[in-house]
Amino acid sequence: MSPTQWDLPPELCCRPMAFVALTGLDVTYNAIHRAIWDAFCANRRADRVPISFKVLPGDHEYPKCRTKRTSYEWYIPKGILKTGWMNKHLNLVPALLVLFYELDWDDAVWKEKQSECATKVEIVRTSLQGRNTKVAVVLIQKKTPLPPGEDLVASERAASLCNACDLSGKSLFVLPHTDHLVGYIIRLENAFYEHAQTYYYTEIRRVKSHKEFLNKTTHQLLFVRHQFKIAFFSELKQDTQNSLKYYRTAYSLVHELRTHETNMLEIKTMAGFINYKICRLCFQHNTPLDAIAQFRKHIDLCKKKIGSAELAFEHTAWMSKQFQSFGDLFDEAIKLGLTAIQTQNPGFYYQQAAYYAQERKQQATHLCAHEASVSYPTPDHLETPSGALDFYGQRAWRQGHQSIDPPHMEKEKGGILALQMKEKDVPHSELIIALLSNAVAQFKKYKCPRMKSHLMVQMGEEYNHAKDYTKALKLLDYVMCDYRTERWWSLLTSILSTALRCSYLMAHIKDYITYSMELVGRASTLREEQKSRIEKNLIKVLMNEVPEAEPDCDQASAKAAQALWSDRMSLAGSNEFTIEVQDYVPFVQCKAKFLSPSFHVDDPVQLHVYLRADCPHPVRFSKLCVSLSNQEYNQLCVVEEPCKSQDILEASSQENMCLVPGKTRIYSFKFVAKTEDVGKKIEITAVDLMLGSDNGRCVFLNWRGGGGDAASSHEALLAARSFKSRGRVPEQHVEWDTVSIQASTMIISRIPKISVQLSHEPPALNNEMYRITVSIQSNEETVTKDVKLTAGLKPGQDANLTQSTHVTLNGLEMCDESHPALLPDIAIGDLQPGEKVEKCLYVRCVTTGARIFLFHVAYALSTKVEGKDITCRCHKDETVTIETVVPFEVAVKFVSTKFEHLDRVYVDIPFLLMTDILSASPWPLHLVTSQLQLAPTMAAMDQPQSQVEHVVLQTGECASECFSLQCPPVLNGTSSVASGQYLISWKRKSWCADAPVVTTVTTLPHVMVETIPLYVHAELPSFGRVRESMPVRYHIQNRTGLVQDVEMSVEPSDAFMFSGLKQVRLRILPGAEQEMLYNFYPLMAGYQNLPQLNISLLRFPAVSGQLLRRFLPSRIFVKVHLQCLAKARFVQYTTDCCPMDRVSHLSCRSLQFIQSDHGPLGCISDQSSPCMS
Amino acid sequence: MAVCIAVIAKENYPLYIRSVPIQNELKFHYTVHTSLDVVEEKISAVGKAMADQRELYLGLLYPTEDYKVYGCVTNSKVKFVIVADSSNTSLRDNEIRSMFRKLHNSFTDVMCNPFYNPGDTIQSKAFDSMVSAMMVQAS
Repeated sequence: MSPTQWDLPPELCCRPMAFVALTGLDVTYNAIHRAIWDAFCANRRADRVPISFKVLPGDHEYPKCRTKRTSYEWYIPKGILKTGWMNKHLNLVPALLVLFYELDWDDAVWKEKQSECATKVEIVRTSLQGRNTKVAVVLIQKKTPLPPGEDLVASERAASLCNACDLSGKSLFVLPHTDHLVGYIIRLENAFYEHAQTYYYTEIRRVKSHKEFLNKTTHQLLFVRHQFKIAFFSELKQDTQNSLKYYRTAYSLVHELRTHETNMLEIKTMAGFINYKICRLCFQHNTPLDAIAQFRKHIDLCKKKIGSAELAFEHTAWMSKQFQSFGDLFDEAIKLGLTAIQTQNPGFYYQQAAYYAQERKQQATHLCAHEASVSYPTPDHLETPSGALDFYGQRAWRQGHQSIDPPHMEKEKGGILALQMKEKDVPHSELIIALLSNAVAQFKKYKCPRMKSHLMVQMGEEYNHAKDYTKALKLLDYVMCDYRTERWWSLLTSILSTALRCSYLMAHIKDYITYSMELVGRASTLREEQKSRIEKNLIKVLMNEVPEAEPDCDQASAKAAQALWSDRMSLAGSNEFTIEVQDYVPFVQCKAKFLSPSFHVDDPVQLHVYLRADCPHPVRFSKLCVSLSNQEYNQLCVVEEPCKSQDILEASSQENMCLVPGKTRIYSFKFVAKTEDVGKKIEITAVDLMLGSDNGRCVFLNWRGGGGDAASSHEALLAARSFKSRGRVPEQHVEWDTVSIQASTMIISRIPKISVQLSHEPPALNNEMYRITVSIQSNEETVTKDVKLTAGLKPGQDANLTQSTHVTLNGLEMCDESHPALLPDIAIGDLQPGEKVEKCLYVRCVTTGARIFLFHVAYALSTKVEGKDITCRCHKDETVTIETVVPFEVAVKFVSTKFEHLDRVYVDIPFLLMTDILSASPWPLHLVTSQLQLAPTMAAMDQPQSQVEHVVLQTGECASECFSLQCPPVLNGTSSVASGQYLISWKRKSWCADAPVVTTVTTLPHVMVETIPLYVHAELPSFGRVRESMPVRYHIQNRTGLVQDVEMSVEPSDAFMFSGLKQVRLRILPGAEQEMLYNFYPLMAGYQNLPQLNISLLRFPAVSGQLLRRFLPSRIFVKVHLQCLAKARFVQYTTDCCPMDRVSHLSCRSLQFIQSDHGPLGCISDQSSPCMS
Repeated sequence: MAVCIAVIAKENYPLYIRSVPIQNELKFHYTVHTSLDVVEEKISAVGKAMADQRELYLGLLYPTEDYKVYGCVTNSKVKFVIVADSSNTSLRDNEIRSMFRKLHNSFTDVMCNPFYNPGDTIQSKAFDSMVSAMMVQAS
């Protein structure tokens, strides 16, 4: 876009930098000069001083300086600020002029060169006559200079050059053309910068000095001008703080000016400029709040300064520009690191700018509505001799005029007319849209989705005004769904109305139908007559006729649209539309439901479609079809009635295919599910409603799934909360809100009429063949075919259970790993009604724990549904949880022949193995037999025979066995050896004889075997008799390969007298046995301790007598002497029955015996009773 | 005095909206709707910090050239929005607060009505007259 009247001048918007002019450089043909110039202007980053350089020829003409005014007494200013002033100081009048001259100190023709240089300086000075511009000279030298003070020639010649050129020493520079050019240049420009600052300082002083000559009545304009100039110079001097101060003063002075219609524009223009500068500096100083406050103040002050009513659009254009440029400044500051917030971001300023632009457009259409006869005035009052204005913000036809009334009424009128005519050509919509899209971008950034939508609606409306309907529709379509989901119906209706108008004007049939449908529906807030009009138009479109024009369309466009529509109508084809209404709120509501979430295959599937129209007039449709996930059913779910196109309007409420507003209509469908679909889900994928007819134009309203639209879910929620839903409704009447969508149903198999019963005796015992009897009885009325039983471990349990469970039908032999955990499809055959079948199943559980067993009976049956023969498969599942327990516990222990507990056994010395079988089963157990399988390291003393054969154990009972064993010699002294296995064969007592016997194997524990060097065993009778000698033979075996020295002694005992060697020392050869014979003569009856035999081995002190004594009996039972016994009996009798004195004659000794041995008497009598008889 | 008063449901759809009849009603609807951006932002910003200590009154939501929009949100996330004329400088924060209090009380009365369905648009006459009293009287 070319710059318009309202755009801020570029010299105002740029950052002012000191202007330094360079002359004497031939950048085109001289390579050295080119390099110097490049070093000045290339890479001007922020760290270099802010100077704008320009190369000018030596004889360049600078703007003439007007003669300085000595008095302001009669001076009347013509305006606030000249249009050229800023540019003049930025680009035309340099602060410093630098003359480059190639001259070495030792130049051969020094004198001539010096005078040439002086002439050049003189020329430049003359062209800058009257300016305070400084002049500096830079000598370009080929040689590197010596350090200052050392080159005497140089200092002398420098002084003479300064003198010749009338320069101060500070203004003469030397630029050696060597390697470090950039470094020298940077030093040079720093020096230039200082000179420039001095220049601007003096300029500020000069402008300030005018102040005392001014008076407040006639020179008000000059106050503003001077302040502005000072501020601007300060900016050039890079003194932004002071600059801001001066601009602020200037700003307040601008508003002190007397305002009237003729200078309003000038004041506003200047105020706008100064405001721009202030805001810009505030942002630069990182005080954005000051900038915002200043801008607000500015707007408040200027809002009401409209100026000429005939040019009101100028004010709004200016206002719009103010907001826009502030928005730009704000945005720029953000790009430089400022953070904006949601409620304070550039978007608001762009939005406001757009708002003023809209207002401008309205005012323009209102004020510039000239008749066609009015033509652009000639001569053109807007033309000026120079082509531009002298002062900012003045009228071209009365420049410099400052009085209240315009000088020429004619000219004034012509000028205004010319401005109005020009305003007509302004592309308002374009401006507005550009501003709005700026604002949209900002609001998007600052998380204002709704603001963004609102602005997009405005953009759409603006495009509509600009007759760019495609873009308008695109934008409106985009935001529509936001308003729809947020349920702001009033806003949605307004957007839809605009969209409908656009689609009408474009003759876009599908969009037209879509928007109409929503506008006549329940989400629309339009009045009834509006809806009625739209519905009639909709019906016209369906009948392939041209709809009536939308209101608020201008005549010309409406006419063009009519023509477009007629073209569309005549075109054949493309008369079928499918509109996905799910995401809209269409005027027909649809809900589809299966009557049940599941149907048995032998029941017909029932499906209801509820339809309801919300439009003002009844609507007729020609087809309703439901699409299901299995498309084979689709043909069964169609209602169709071909109607003639002219019937659409004359729909009567009696008809089936007509929807009366506000009434719910139900269409029910029924079909028989296919047997293949058993276990599958049937879903409603879509419901289609066809409006119109094939020969006119038809529109399919398509609902995905079971219907519903953008608003229905919320309505359903509200209805659920409503107190109304609790009331009873009459049977026929369907409350729309209470209908819920059920878009899918399961087809499940027929209910089986069969009984499956299990009988068994839990718990199962570990490893046994557990019997489960399954009895299947058919309760069907017809023959059940192909009955199959699947039985076994229910799948889906712990994987270990599958490994440890085996199922078989054969109960006669044990099953092993090869048997599966589940027996599938055991054929049972056909069952007649009432027939019963029993099947035995044997389960072997290798591990204990709970298991779930499944008994699945499946069969086929023919039946009739809705007059259709179908074969349905039914099945019945029965599950049972069975616990497996161990049948008995086996405990094993080693004991000595004396039944003493052994923690180790000795080589070749017999010991006993005792087993206890403790029944843990709740059922009686029949132990068939038991068997000991000895390891090679054990030997049985005799043929071990089972002692528990055919024993029956009740719960908690224990059966014990005892085996005499002996260990063959082991290699080294002690070692742990395996004992072997203990096998128990058993079965449940309750089960028949041919049931397999279970063998449970128990591994016997390891035992420690120890070799002993000496073995002693005694040979003695099983009992002794008082005073009857009994021979006792001790055998002492040497089990080592050494000769053993043995010391033996027999200790005396009270109960015995004995004969034999009391103490002896003997020597036993390796492997030999020594026999010691003693005759013991018992003195007392009863259990008596034998005289203790002490043995000590001289070679093996570790083998103590105590250890050896364990092999020997320690006690013996001594019976009473036979004669004695008779006496004792007598004594007993007498003591029991007679007084004590009767006994006095009995021998003393006998009595003594009786008294001392009273205890065992009874025992004796028992044991010796066979002798007595 | 307000030029537009609105009650917005938790799900951000209008339960009640009324503006001065003389002016463009749609414009107020848009103003109220766009102000929800700020309300949402404020709720979510405070929600993180201390949900229970939140003040109901949200203050000035955003200023436009012509109007000032104030907001208030109840504990059940029902929002009240009052739009006042920017030129009406006499309106102080206190008065706005008391207007919101009145509005809230009256809204509570509506909610207590057993025949009112939560989520439906408000059609109570009492609420209507209370709102009318707070609106700028079109003269």
